[in-house]
Amino acid sequence: MPTAATETMKELLRTLPGDDVRQIMWRFAERYDLQMLVQSTRSVARGPVARLAAGGGWNDHGWSAEKNELLAHYDAAGITAAFMEPDQGGFIAGPKNLALSLMAFELAWVDGGAATGALAGFLGLSPIHEKGTPEQNAKYMALATPPKPGEDRKPWRAAFALTEPIPYVGVDTGMLSGKVRVARWKDGEEPVLHVEKRGRFITNMGFANFVTAAVDSGDPRIKGSCMVILEEGDPGTFDRGTPTKKLVHQLSSTNDPIFSLDIPASRIVGGYTVKDGVIVPNFDHSTVIEAVFKRTRVTVGIITAAKLLSAVEPVIRYQRSRFRGAEQATPGTVRYELGIQQREDALHRLVEVWATGEAAVSLGFGTARLFDELDPIERKKDELLKQQGITGARAEMKWMKMVEARALELLELETHPRGAKEEKRIAELRADETVRFALLDAQANVLCPATKLWNTGHGATVMREAVSLMGGYGITEDCPGFLGKKWMDAQLEATYEGPEAVQRRQISVTMTSPLFQALMKSWIRELRHVAALHPGTGACALASAYELWLWTYRHLEGATDADGEKLLSSPRQGVSFKLADALAWLMGPRMQIHDTVRLAEEGGAVLGEALPGTARFFADLCHVQAARAAGEVARICAELVHGYNRHPAWDEEGRRACWSATEADALEGLVSGLSGCAKEALDVADEHPDKEGPCASCKGITDFRTLRVKLDGCLTGAMLAKDRAAEAVSRVMIPEALDYPQ
Amino acid sequence: MSFHIVVLGSIVPDPLQTLEPVSTPQGPGLKNEQMLPAVLDPWAGHALYEAANLAAKTPGSKVTLVSLGPKAKLQQVMMAVAQKVPFELVALDGPAGGFTDAHEVAARLAAAVKALPGLDRTKLLLFGGWESASRGAGVTLQLVGELLEIPDQFQGVDQISARPDGSFEVLERVEGGRHQVSTCQGAPAVLGWATGNLPEPKNNPQIGMANMRLVMPALQKAAPAPVGTGGVEFASVQVPKVMRETRIVKDASPDEIARELVEWISKD
Repeated sequence: MPTAATETMKELLRTLPGDDVRQIMWRFAERYDLQMLVQSTRSVARGPVARLAAGGGWNDHGWSAEKNELLAHYDAAGITAAFMEPDQGGFIAGPKNLALSLMAFELAWVDGGAATGALAGFLGLSPIHEKGTPEQNAKYMALATPPKPGEDRKPWRAAFALTEPIPYVGVDTGMLSGKVRVARWKDGEEPVLHVEKRGRFITNMGFANFVTAAVDSGDPRIKGSCMVILEEGDPGTFDRGTPTKKLVHQLSSTNDPIFSLDIPASRIVGGYTVKDGVIVPNFDHSTVIEAVFKRTRVTVGIITAAKLLSAVEPVIRYQRSRFRGAEQATPGTVRYELGIQQREDALHRLVEVWATGEAAVSLGFGTARLFDELDPIERKKDELLKQQGITGARAEMKWMKMVEARALELLELETHPRGAKEEKRIAELRADETVRFALLDAQANVLCPATKLWNTGHGATVMREAVSLMGGYGITEDCPGFLGKKWMDAQLEATYEGPEAVQRRQISVTMTSPLFQALMKSWIRELRHVAALHPGTGACALASAYELWLWTYRHLEGATDADGEKLLSSPRQGVSFKLADALAWLMGPRMQIHDTVRLAEEGGAVLGEALPGTARFFADLCHVQAARAAGEVARICAELVHGYNRHPAWDEEGRRACWSATEADALEGLVSGLSGCAKEALDVADEHPDKEGPCASCKGITDFRTLRVKLDGCLTGAMLAKDRAAEAVSRVMIPEALDYPQ
Repeated sequence: MSFHIVVLGSIVPDPLQTLEPVSTPQGPGLKNEQMLPAVLDPWAGHALYEAANLAAKTPGSKVTLVSLGPKAKLQQVMMAVAQKVPFELVALDGPAGGFTDAHEVAARLAAAVKALPGLDRTKLLLFGGWESASRGAGVTLQLVGELLEIPDQFQGVDQISARPDGSFEVLERVEGGRHQVSTCQGAPAVLGWATGNLPEPKNNPQIGMANMRLVMPALQKAAPAPVGTGGVEFASVQVPKVMRETRIVKDASPDEIARELVEWISKD
């Protein structure tokens, strides 16, 4: 059903969205395995985890016996086994990106530390899962799987140790602190390696039984870098080190371990070959890490997003009950019933928090689903390359270029009206799995870092806003929903698995892909189409923002600053990182709009007569968020387009940079009154009056101004949407109490 | 001796939700009832967990849950309940509100039990809640038992102990916190459970996945089971007035809490 915003609608959101609504929006209504995982994880999160947090577990960075009990709860609820295949003791078949994201969402709804603690085990296993040999996979997955009924054993816990040289922790994953050398290598026997590694900020290290660690070669008989598996019990030192004195994520264990161990060479993740007496790991550490982080960073973004949505109910309850108990607030009065919600500001700010949370969650789950689609195709691609004997980065890149050309051809063909011949070619290209891989990979390369960057970075800022909506209560231990703690936790999530600079760097590279930019063009068309069917979702504003970003990118590609220096280049992070920031703003609202349209079209069966109000509310949140994103993108692009031109002085050279009367006349159609203003200024012979408007030349950037003005116009209705959403927030029915302790 | 334990139980709105009675074209209901999250009726839950426990102790037994409720809501609830204990589901798609008539509901449930494939009355134990979190009449289970012509009925049951010969001992609640001990020669029998002795089992997705292979098809083919108010007209309805007096006190000892509770109860 369309979400018409052009007509007055009486229906409002009736209750907070339940599981049935979310299953439709986040596309797991048909996946009962995932629905069960959500329920079992929730029972742990809102039970033992919440009780431990409320009981003071958050006040200490150490790993206590009570915290350790959570691991047994994770095992019993199927959280630990969610990572494994059914034949390894798991219960979810196939790719698990969405599954792990849903699990992280449920845990983080209560506590981000619990979420990272549960996920860190998977992070430790991921190098083996992604690049390990079949033997390594079989051994460690079996060890890490919780015991089946009747089995008497404890599951092994994993940790992941990357760690760059201290103190530059987390900045550059290419620089490692660990070394691996050959300890013994007898003829005809497997080499024994000696590993020296100091880890820092290693999650799960307080109890991990094995560690996947990144090490560099410190021996000419070992080539490059690799990841190795270190086991508790290996000869040497397996020192868990001191607990990190962190202020956040206290329900996860974090230590700075020290390893000095002898291990067999078979522990190199992915195996090795021997060439001319040198051990050559099949995968260097970067390759392994790329495959791991490419996926796991999405779940970190989900963790912060969950906090934002978890804040909605406690804030509404606080706002409504704010004045209850006061003499003047008697039952039945507006002050008693609505409390602070009688004021527009409180409602508008909460709507902004909610809209941000929706966009962040949609982005995270959308990206996770994309990875679920990508994973099997990527494995097929790897197999295909192997069969064709294509090895090495250069050869793979050459092959990929050819595939990308076909993907570009498909996007081009889909754009234009076509005949039978083109349809045949389109069908052929669509059936080509390598083309599908290229399209998904190009998106994933941007969406993953964008999820991590925007959800955690901007999410932390908005979490502060949520805390502020609780007044002083927000920064107390008693705050319902632990909002103050969640705010601090969000700051760690912005750093965990690569800080913002790393994500910006990655986007600044992947956003340049011609295939990705061609995809963006197709998204613009898609959003315009959505805007036609579902006006009032902000799809139009978002499409205009995408256009503005693309224009800005193309402009900056060839532009120079006032000193003639190229603007869009790798070292110029003031440009490339800002473009990355702007792009990250655009990713969430698109997914959010898709999720909302999905609900509007398929929610009737579960919502019945409540559908129009629910769909309208979520569309209004989309509109609010799309307008906010468009505004941010416009601001950033304007800064980049104009900001590197030197401001003119009132000298002869400077005047040449000013608008001429002809230019001002040309712009009159866009900015009415501009030409009159400019003429007045230019007609003065010897001196200039105080400036009243833009004076720099618009030479070469007329299109930018046109797009910018168009985008401004696309914000039409955004504030009305916020008003409607605010009204809904003031009337929505909430439960009597939070369903977890505080 | 094995049993076929049929548990009758449905869903109720999550008790944390705001429950506000309203009039609807279909009769009395709760405000936004369709959108409120639901849980398995706690009384039925006790019966289900006791049934699974008994089945586990008597090899060859099986548990069937017969549930009358809105199909979509039932499905949501099953995502949690199906992870707790093994059972098969028979779903009837109809209203599960607090205002439906117990006779109409009982007739539908009895028909569903009779229609169970391969039902052997000599092994049938009919379990359910002694009470209900939505239907306070507490008669539905008895009515179903009568419609199925099962004379041996036990209510307020807290424990069942099966013997190898098929007979079993039942503990029913009586006045003064005591139990009446009865011995029944064997199935069929009706047992309306009080709280039983078992905690709610933890979720186990492995059990859930096994259950779901039968639960999902059962939900898909759930037969419509419209039930009404039995001609009763409700002049007005309201939830009992509850005054919440919440204080946050940390580190209170169990003795202090107990003393305060006694004082509070003594006020009446």
